[in-house]
Amino acid sequence: MNRTIPVLAAALLLSCMPALAQAQAGCTPEHAAMGHCTLPKPAPAPVSASACPPEHAAMGHCTPAPAKPAAAVAADPACPPEHAAMGHCTPRGGEAQAPREPIPVPTDADRAAAFPPLHAGHAHGGGIHSLVHFNRFEAWDADPGTGQSWEGRAWFGGDVRRLWLRSEGERAAGSTHAADLEVLYGHATGPWWDVVAGVRHDFNPGPSRTWAAIGVQGLAPYKFEVSATAYVSDGGHTAFNAEVEYELLFTNRLILQPQLEAKLHGRDDPRRGIGSGLSSMEAGLRLRYEVTRRFAPYLGVTRERSFGGTADHRRARGEPVDDTRWVAGVRWWF
Amino acid sequence: MSRTTGCAHARLYASRSTRTPRWNSTMTGNRRPPFPVSRESLSLPRRHFVQGLAFAGLAGGSGLLRLPAHATNTGAAQVLAGTAFDLAIGASEVNVTGRPRSAITVNGSLPAPILRWREGDTVTLRVSNRLPDAPTSIHWHGILLPANMDGVPGMSFDGIAPGESWLYRFTLKQSGTYWYHSHSMFQEQAGLYGAIIVDPLQPPPFRYDREHVLLLSDWTDLDGVALYRRLKKSPSYDNHYKRTAGDFLRDAREDGLRPTLADRGMWGRMRMTPSDISDVNGHTYTYLLNGLPPAGNWTGLFRPGEKVLLRLINAGAMTHFDVRIPGLKMTVVAADGQYVHPVTVDELRIATAETFDVIVEPSGQDAYTIFAQDMGRTGHARGTLAMRHGLTAPVPANDPRPLLTMEDMAHGDHAGHGGGAAMEGGCGAAMKHGAEGGCGAAMHGGGKSPEAHSGHGNVDAVVHPPGEDGNPLVDMQSSPTGPRLDDPGIGLRGNGRRVLTYADLRSLFDDPDGRDPGREVQLHLTGHMEKFAWSFDGIPFASAEPLRLNYGERMRIVLVNDTMMQHPIHLHGLWSDLEDADGAFQVRKHTIDMPPGTRRSYRVRADALGRWAYHCHLLYHMEAGMMREVRVEERA
Repeated sequence: MNRTIPVLAAALLLSCMPALAQAQAGCTPEHAAMGHCTLPKPAPAPVSASACPPEHAAMGHCTPAPAKPAAAVAADPACPPEHAAMGHCTPRGGEAQAPREPIPVPTDADRAAAFPPLHAGHAHGGGIHSLVHFNRFEAWDADPGTGQSWEGRAWFGGDVRRLWLRSEGERAAGSTHAADLEVLYGHATGPWWDVVAGVRHDFNPGPSRTWAAIGVQGLAPYKFEVSATAYVSDGGHTAFNAEVEYELLFTNRLILQPQLEAKLHGRDDPRRGIGSGLSSMEAGLRLRYEVTRRFAPYLGVTRERSFGGTADHRRARGEPVDDTRWVAGVRWWF
Repeated sequence: MSRTTGCAHARLYASRSTRTPRWNSTMTGNRRPPFPVSRESLSLPRRHFVQGLAFAGLAGGSGLLRLPAHATNTGAAQVLAGTAFDLAIGASEVNVTGRPRSAITVNGSLPAPILRWREGDTVTLRVSNRLPDAPTSIHWHGILLPANMDGVPGMSFDGIAPGESWLYRFTLKQSGTYWYHSHSMFQEQAGLYGAIIVDPLQPPPFRYDREHVLLLSDWTDLDGVALYRRLKKSPSYDNHYKRTAGDFLRDAREDGLRPTLADRGMWGRMRMTPSDISDVNGHTYTYLLNGLPPAGNWTGLFRPGEKVLLRLINAGAMTHFDVRIPGLKMTVVAADGQYVHPVTVDELRIATAETFDVIVEPSGQDAYTIFAQDMGRTGHARGTLAMRHGLTAPVPANDPRPLLTMEDMAHGDHAGHGGGAAMEGGCGAAMKHGAEGGCGAAMHGGGKSPEAHSGHGNVDAVVHPPGEDGNPLVDMQSSPTGPRLDDPGIGLRGNGRRVLTYADLRSLFDDPDGRDPGREVQLHLTGHMEKFAWSFDGIPFASAEPLRLNYGERMRIVLVNDTMMQHPIHLHGLWSDLEDADGAFQVRKHTIDMPPGTRRSYRVRADALGRWAYHCHLLYHMEAGMMREVRVEERA
């Protein structure tokens, strides 16, 4: 723990450095004068729409445009320019100019051909999509014993509203000692963030428990994947989980994924070995190789540490407070 | 989802449609004997995938009928000419990469047959749907016609149900090079596209001795639905060029640590990647020229001294191509079917759905390579102009891969200025929720950018529509100051070749309408890279109201690209008369390419009643919502 966290923190901090070194300058006249940038040029005076000099016209190569008065569209009170500009209406008004090529007068046949009766609207590819993504699907060999764990999420729906499933769990010595499933409704509140709300069910440890969940998840600046969720259980317990992930590309296939997760609880829950406050933190580094985009085996190291009352419970049960594991797994999606 | 072309179904109709050979009544092109198709390689070497098979093409599944693709490595295309046509849309087995796949074809041909029409003629086309379970349609791209002949299901007609046919009938009011494609789901990706040539009544203002159609496209063995689903799950799936820790160290060494940190900081705050040039690239696509992959080497013949007219068409689903023929100058004489003042270039970028007519005069070499690399430099289509079949010329390597700059993102002149005085201003392009990013000198919410000003009416300050603010589907706003018509574009700047720009394109005729626009509509191209969501003004097609035009009016559309991608915007039924930087008529087009960091304006003459599709011609952007209906109605 003592080594991994500072290393991770340094890595994350380094990734944030560009923010500190932001060097975006507007183009001030002083800068332009020094050749550091170019000021936008004033637009040249508008020229005539017609590019037909008399010589060309005389040879029949083109037809000179008649002198045109400025577009004089009578104001239409029912359709102010703001509305018209958004295409909500079309202003009426006298057209000062006549087109060179006359506009044909529509016949009834033209009208019938223009607006045929239709039985269905324009079909598109459908708005329901999905993604099932096992971010971590791994096994470890450590003291004591071996085990497996998973962390995955899936979404179904459109671009704004989605049904989310999230699940995390761990098996050791042939039995599942922690597993949960969340079923959440997610609504995008902006380009980068979804608010999610729903339920979480813990199958283990101890007797099963159901929580109400509300949280946010999304992509923070610098492409950090972030999620934070608060929970209230049927028994009045409260909890809070937060997780950050990043991707560092060594090549476009060899990718290091640092990950940091924190769990907090509102009050002691001795039956599950949980104390109030910050109960545990986990940091992981996983190096994957994308054999295909959809399938990437990885090797990694994780370190989990318990704090406060949770650590006391673990000590009392003879479990390690500070646990480092080497993991091997695959990341896959479909 | 029965309307989709699921894999299982695709195989079904492959065998069915090939047993119904009744559509060659108007075929005037040569039918050639079947050619071998390699089937042995079930494991797919990457080289096959990128280069394709030397003998890629259609393989008749049943053995009863083995119609070759027009691309039979002989230069002969299937051409249908006249005024009455029978077109049968069906499935055919193709083998482009070494794996047999089902394509959607017209008369068993991929690309679909070249249709040769004549200006002034009234053409009738009976299009029958021989797909077992999917409705279909054909849209005649760039052709002026009554709205019910435009071929967009749900706007112009109900589509063509399986087993049924639809009679298209319209009179040609124009001439030039155009193309046609399906407007149903992802059928265009599956092969339903072909060239249209409308011969003019008056002789063209240039002379040529011979002509070839060069139709570029992008093939994938994936079903279009599957590719779309993949894009929604993982939009950057094909971006294998993200910058790495090693790139950071190299840049820090070469440019200094602070500018490198500033640059990475900028992109990091935006949560974007400068190597996102295109959403789907050569990792998914095999690029085709006239239906043939690079190894197939489509060949067009010439005799020395001839003037050869090349009709370039980009029928790709998601690809901008950069085309050149090393050793030859290309003189561009038409764009989107309409004559332009001739301009001679070494290279041109053709956006999806655009067409260019160019004249080349090969002499001095037996063979010249036609080289069309994708904008992201991940692959290329290739063919040869040769004096006889079997000759080849050296094929260039792809150019270095470009990275987007802050300038591309309309961060103005800040690019390359990273190491200078810091903390002076914002970053110019406003990130949504700027406060989070520290890039918060934001222009959203209707503020005016100090950079965006001009004396002319069509280029006043960028005002973002209120719907973009806080919109979950809008990940970026920018404040482009102008059309940047003279910019060759990403990856083409300073490459030592004379590259065509939009500024070079000037119609050979004056503004055919002549009126000043009576009003202006500004639309912002918007999107979210991580969600693969695309829209106009942050409103996807499904929830957008039509843009209403008065019949007969002359109006101006100003497009502002608020994304980091390049979007070719196509308006059906009406011309898009591109304006120059001063707002004057410059060139008549049907598809206006919108690079990132640009605002471009064009005039529209609403002289065709009806409901018209208006969309980004990147197929999956359209599907993901970057589409509107434009409704031209008579004034009440």
